[in-house]
Amino acid sequence: MSASRVVGVARAVASKDLRIEWRSRVMTNQVLPFAAIVMVLFAFALDNDGILQRVAPGLVWMATLFTSLVVVQRSFAVESADSAIDALRLAGVPSHGVYLGKVAALVAQLVVFEAVLAMLALILYRVNVDLHGAVLLVTTCVLGSVGIAALAAVYGGLSVAGRGRETLLPLLLLPAVAPVLIGATRATESAFGSDGARTVEGWPWVGLLAVFGAIFLFGGTLGFGPLTDE
Amino acid sequence: MSNTTTSVPPPTRTAASRNLGLIAIFGSIVLALLGLFFTAEDVDQGSSVRIMYVHVPTAWVAYLAFVFTAVCSAGHLWGRKHSLNLDRLAGASAEVGVIFMGVTLVTGSLWGRLSWGTYWQWDPRLTTTAFLFVTYVGYLAVRGLGGTQHQRAKRSAIVALFAVLEIPLVHFSVLLWRSLHQEATVLRPNGDVKMDGLMLFSLVFGVAVFTTIFAWLVLHRNRVLALVDAVELRGIDAALEARRAEEVPS
Repeated sequence: MSASRVVGVARAVASKDLRIEWRSRVMTNQVLPFAAIVMVLFAFALDNDGILQRVAPGLVWMATLFTSLVVVQRSFAVESADSAIDALRLAGVPSHGVYLGKVAALVAQLVVFEAVLAMLALILYRVNVDLHGAVLLVTTCVLGSVGIAALAAVYGGLSVAGRGRETLLPLLLLPAVAPVLIGATRATESAFGSDGARTVEGWPWVGLLAVFGAIFLFGGTLGFGPLTDE
Repeated sequence: MSNTTTSVPPPTRTAASRNLGLIAIFGSIVLALLGLFFTAEDVDQGSSVRIMYVHVPTAWVAYLAFVFTAVCSAGHLWGRKHSLNLDRLAGASAEVGVIFMGVTLVTGSLWGRLSWGTYWQWDPRLTTTAFLFVTYVGYLAVRGLGGTQHQRAKRSAIVALFAVLEIPLVHFSVLLWRSLHQEATVLRPNGDVKMDGLMLFSLVFGVAVFTTIFAWLVLHRNRVLALVDAVELRGIDAALEARRAEEVPS
C-alpha cells in the first residue's frame, strides 16, 4: 500500500467531508451562530470587561472545545447515516487514509471556527494582537486543531458502531484534550498579551501542542482501522 | 441438552479464591486495628494521618489496576488468540480501579481539608488522579457500548491504550501549568514525611492488604463477566444448567 494511495484517499475523504459541509450549510448556519452565542454568554456570565479581557484566551478555547464536539458528532453522523462508512469499508481503501482525511477535514473546520472565535474575542472582549502575536495565534490554532481532531476522529470512530454515542464523546474527548486546552490557552494568552504575558513566552506551549498532535496522529493512524473495521 | 461445543464456564467460587478472600478480610481487620488504635498520632497531622492507611493503599491499587488493564488490553490486541479472557480481566480490573480511585479522591480530599484546610488543591498529582478517574469512567462506558464480544474487546482495548498515552501527557501539561502559578508552599503536599516504624509498617501492610482485596475482587468480577458473556452466547438456559451442575448435593 503506497503512501501516495493513502494521501489520495485522505484527500478524497477530506474533500468529500468539506463538500458536504459546504453544501449542507449546517456549519455556517447552525454551528457558527452557536459558537458566537457561547462567546456572548461568557460575557453575560462574567460581567466585567477587565476579567473578560484577562480570561479571553481561555474562553476562546473553551468555546472551541464545545464547538468541536458538535463538529465531530456531525462529521461521524454523516458516516453512520445510510451506512456510508460501510461503503467506505467495502471500497477497500486503507483505513488510515480515511482517518487522515477525517482529521484533515476536522482541522480545516476547526481553524475556521477558531478564527471566528478569535475575531469575536477581539471585538467583544477588546483584546489586542500585534503581528508577532498573530503568527503565534495562527500556529497555535493549527496545531491545537490537529491535536483535537487527531483524538476526536478516533473517538468519533467509536460512535459509528455504538449506541449512546452522542453522550459518550464529551466524556472521552474532553479529559483527553486537557493538554491542548492548557497549551493553547497559555499560547493564546501570550499572543493576546493578557495579564502582561509576552509573546515569546507562548512558543514553548506551541511545542507542547505539536508533541500532543504528533503522538495522537500516530496513535490514531494505528487505532482507527481496528476500531471501525468490525 | 448439554452443550458440547463450548466449555462450561468457570464457577464463581474456588477454594483458592475463598482463602484469598479470608486473607483479605483478616488483613483488613488487622489494618483497621493498626490504623485506628496501635499507631501513634502524627506530630503535625494528629489523627488525620490515619486516613493515609486507606488513602495510600487505594491510590496504589487504582494505579496497579489501570496498569493491569493496559497490560491485558495489549495482550488481547497483540496476542495471537485475541483472548476474550484478557479483555474481561482488563474490564474487571478497570472497574475495581475506578472504585478505588474514587475512594482515593474522597479520602484524599478529606485529609486535605484537615491538613491543608482545603478539599482540593490544583496540584499535578491530584489533578492527574481526577483525570484518571474520569478517563476510566469513560473506558467503562465504552465497554458498555454493545455489539459482539470481540467488538467490545477490540474497541475497549484500543481505548485503554489511548488512556495510557493520555495520562502522562495530562500529567506533564498540568505540571507545566502549575509551575507557572506557584502556590503557597505550606499547602503543597509533601512526600517526604518522617514516619516511625509502626506507621511505616502499617502503610506497607495496608498496601499488601488492599492488593489482596484487589486480586480477590478482580478474580470474582472476571468470573462473573465470563458468566455474563456465556449467558449472552449460549442463552440463559444453558448457563443455568451449568450453574446447577456445579452444585453437588451433599
